Amino acid sequence: MTNQLTPETPDAELVRLAKAGELDAFEALTNRYEHRVYGLAMRMLRQEQDAEDVTQQTFLSVLENLEGFRGEASFSTWVLRIASHAALKIIRKRKGLNTVSLEEATEPSDDLNSIPHPEFIADWRQSPEHLVERNEVRRFLDEALTRLDEKHRLVFLLRDVEGLSVRETAEALELSEGNVKVRLLRARLQLREELTRVLGDPARQLVRSHHHHE
Amino acid sequence: MKCEELLAMLNEYVDGTVDPAVCVEFEKHLAGCNPCQVVVDNIRQTITLYKDGQPYAMPVQFREKMHDTLRKKWKEKFPAK
Repeated sequence: MTNQLTPETPDAELVRLAKAGELDAFEALTNRYEHRVYGLAMRMLRQEQDAEDVTQQTFLSVLENLEGFRGEASFSTWVLRIASHAALKIIRKRKGLNTVSLEEATEPSDDLNSIPHPEFIADWRQSPEHLVERNEVRRFLDEALTRLDEKHRLVFLLRDVEGLSVRETAEALELSEGNVKVRLLRARLQLREELTRVLGDPARQLVRSHHHHE
Repeated sequence: MKCEELLAMLNEYVDGTVDPAVCVEFEKHLAGCNPCQVVVDNIRQTITLYKDGQPYAMPVQFREKMHDTLRKKWKEKFPAK
């Protein structure tokens, strides 16, 4: 039995065919998401071998668990969830911990009232369009990412790089939407701070007055 | 609206999901607060820079090896096909 698979064939249809044993459909799904999974893993782990392990484990897990996938979440969210957990597992292992839990991260610091204030405030010297082409900028962006706590980094990558919605990010990480929002805000603010310290124009630095105006 | 309140609503504003009434307040504050304006700009640029960053290319050899492994596993799972 052959099916006409095209780049337009929806994920849900490919999933249905793969569940029925169509290898082509499974390969089409793999082709569609492997680069995103690899990219996410590289940005989380910054190590090729580990990123490859995460990618392969993710698709082996997709293969093993496809029958159980009921489509409550979209396929892409499901795949990114598997990849996220695989990446976290490696991070925990590096730290000598054996547990993989995202929930343990619900600390008092995840409270909106303790969001750190922006400190270095200045316009950037160049537009993102110019910056994005420079190799040293990419390295610096990745370094800034690794300085984020992994629970903030993962939320930022899923939401802002992979383009998941807040709800999908919450589903992928099994977190509440509120928790995702707070983590995302922390991640964005920390990255803004680090990037602005390097890319900001010191001559145009603004100092915020200590009384807050209405 | 105070700077702290603006900070708390920053995600919703940048993502365009802020309540319209709050949005008016937000923009009123922005119009009179240069540091907050720059922070909002910086945040937008930060997101753009990461979103449009160069993707990581998956090594070709690894990709082929992975697909071989997956095909092998697939045939164990669906031996009839």
